[in-house]
Amino acid sequence: MNGTAATLRIALVGNPNCGKTALFNLLTGTRQKVANYAGVTIERKEGHYLAPSGRNVRVLDLPGAYSLAANSPDEAITRDVVTGRYPGEAAPDLIVCVADATNLRLHLRFVLEIARLGRPMLLALNMMDAAKRRGIHIDVAALAARLGMPVVETIAVKRGGAAGLIAQIDAFEPLAALGAVVAGGNVHIPQAPSAPDLHAQVRVMLAETVTMPRRTAAIDDTLDRIVLHPVFGLAILAAIMFLIFQAVFSWATPLHDGIDAGIQAAGAWLGSALPDGALRSLLVDGVFAGLGTVLAFLPQILILFLFIFVLEESGYLPRAAFLLDRMMLAAGLTGRSFIPLLSSFACAIPGIMATRSIPDPRDRLTTILIAPLMTCSARLPVYALLIAAFVPQRTVAGIFNLQGVVLFTLYLAGIVSALLVAWTIKRLRRDKSEHALMMELPSYRVPHPRDIAIGLYERGMIFIQRVGGIILALTVLLWFLSSFPAPPVGASEPAIHYSLAGMIGKALHVVFAPIGFNWQICIALVPGLAAREVAVSSLATVYALGGNEDGLQAIVAAQWSLATALSLLAWYVFAPMCISTLATVKRETRSWRNVVVLAGYLFGLAYFASLATYQIAKALGA
Amino acid sequence: MGVSATVFEVNDTGPKDAIAQRLRDFGFVAGEPVRLVARGPLGADPLLVQIGYTRFALRRAEAARVTVSLETSP
Ligand SMILES: Nc1nc2c(ncn2[C@@H]2O[C@H](COP(=O)(O)OP(=O)(O)OP(=O)(O)O)[C@@H](O)[C@H]2O)c(=O)[nH]1
Ligand SMILES: [Mg+2]
Repeated sequence: MNGTAATLRIALVGNPNCGKTALFNLLTGTRQKVANYAGVTIERKEGHYLAPSGRNVRVLDLPGAYSLAANSPDEAITRDVVTGRYPGEAAPDLIVCVADATNLRLHLRFVLEIARLGRPMLLALNMMDAAKRRGIHIDVAALAARLGMPVVETIAVKRGGAAGLIAQIDAFEPLAALGAVVAGGNVHIPQAPSAPDLHAQVRVMLAETVTMPRRTAAIDDTLDRIVLHPVFGLAILAAIMFLIFQAVFSWATPLHDGIDAGIQAAGAWLGSALPDGALRSLLVDGVFAGLGTVLAFLPQILILFLFIFVLEESGYLPRAAFLLDRMMLAAGLTGRSFIPLLSSFACAIPGIMATRSIPDPRDRLTTILIAPLMTCSARLPVYALLIAAFVPQRTVAGIFNLQGVVLFTLYLAGIVSALLVAWTIKRLRRDKSEHALMMELPSYRVPHPRDIAIGLYERGMIFIQRVGGIILALTVLLWFLSSFPAPPVGASEPAIHYSLAGMIGKALHVVFAPIGFNWQICIALVPGLAAREVAVSSLATVYALGGNEDGLQAIVAAQWSLATALSLLAWYVFAPMCISTLATVKRETRSWRNVVVLAGYLFGLAYFASLATYQIAKALGA
Repeated sequence: MGVSATVFEVNDTGPKDAIAQRLRDFGFVAGEPVRLVARGPLGADPLLVQIGYTRFALRRAEAARVTVSLETSP
């Protein structure tokens, strides 16, 4: 047991948004998600580092909490870990309390509450850079004496900013604190002290150890006056959202076209270099036509994430939640749903997980059920393909790119339906007791270009790995299904008509004909269940095997009716075409019933919307 | 905007009022200065309230639990 005896187990505990995860990343060299709002971390995360003394330190990053009287599932995790009640996890040897040095009035209260547990602990005063900038002076030695625990200053966003903390942790000797440690046993939560008691202590401590020129940052006050203004605030919010959609289209198009042309040229070259046969077909029709089409959407996805990262780090997101709370309340949601829903534009899976920071279980469930209606980045290739094929590249009203406007409308369709669904859920619900908001608005911060660049690099790699992994596998599988069995001798049509995939597509076509899908689309829908983008690569493969030489966009523009294209767009606004999302809902709500309700209502809406779109468009002559 | 006041008390609306408890944890305790910083665009809801060094968005129903005394002298 020497190995474990030499390991020190510490846990980072503190209020939301004080920089625990930034410290965790600095200590362990990992890259867990850091962002400027309360409730980023929702799970217990584990990491290691080697202390200067050679001791192995195991670090736990925990969700932020305002109090041990937990109000939400993520706060409950923190409470259970620090009190040793978390299943399979003994209480940590050392609690590292983290507090934002610019927000001590609030954060020290929680430190005092933790201190009552009587566990070995120390305090990291984080964000010392921001505190210095604001002219806040803290007498660290006096504070340590008052608290009765070591206090160190840290700057979690600066290299070497945790040197003092590392040294202080290394100086900790578990044996010295034997009295307080009941190895592996539960820690008893002392009778909750009345809130005024702890606050009174904090007030006295601050008066004796801290001087600050003003209670808030002047820049925050100024910005909030503009950003939260009833009129300008909403205008700014609308402008930001609209800018994102414009940018995704206009900035990305040249890059997209460049990548697309490059891949097509490479495919053509390979096609001419290889002898005719199955291998050539697999590489040219399967891999290059299929994967290439998806890969070209990398620029769009990176631009979307660039905006999401900047918004997350700036501190603007909780302001947007503030502005929208009343409207979301009317729809049966809460302003707190805004951040999970915005994350769902990247991908519904982290969005659904982020709902753990919503304290009210009813609000949380509603948010989970509508999150898949937010247009995730995997739907972008489908939308972008159809828009590029059917909507002319034109400027409207002088400044707007028409394709961007259509894209915005599709996103809006998802949002509006989400609000209607939430409203319906609210009407059906019997328990109409009060829902809470109570949300902290953090200080504004300037995003670090380096962090954003790293984040984009990571998102890019994730996308490329998806293309090279699951999307490649499905594309190859689809190629096989579309190529075998081989056509009978003397067949008049391309081989795909006689293949297994062809048969599946034609069987499904019976169901989807009323909404205008041809059998090629029906084939593409099936692998699209595993990853939405695959619908695009599958279409490319299916058409390439069907003997079409052009790029997918040209084929679609030439062979589909506008009504079919619109119907497929409507389908993708709603259809729960993603198995991982359904699995996440099962895991997060621990209920199959919710999964069935979700998939059922989404399929119903999708079929209905596509049917209406197709029939109306056809009646109008599209 | 920028109305200042002093917290008098937080009233529970029932037994085990988690919202009232959370307000006390946030620092809404007797004698603490508070300031109304902003109001939401629709129906002047929610309210943005500064307590201590922190700003919280509170719905009116939440904020209604806090009784304050308005500052009389500058
Ligand atoms: N200026 C400055 N900013 C910091 C420092 N540490 C963290 N931040 C920023 O503070 C914000 C919150 O950081 P996180 O590490 O996500 O905070 P957290 O405590 O893990 O938050 P939750 O997971 O929500 O509880 C981010 O915007 C960070 O970039 C610091 O020392 N100085
Ligand atoms: Mg965190």
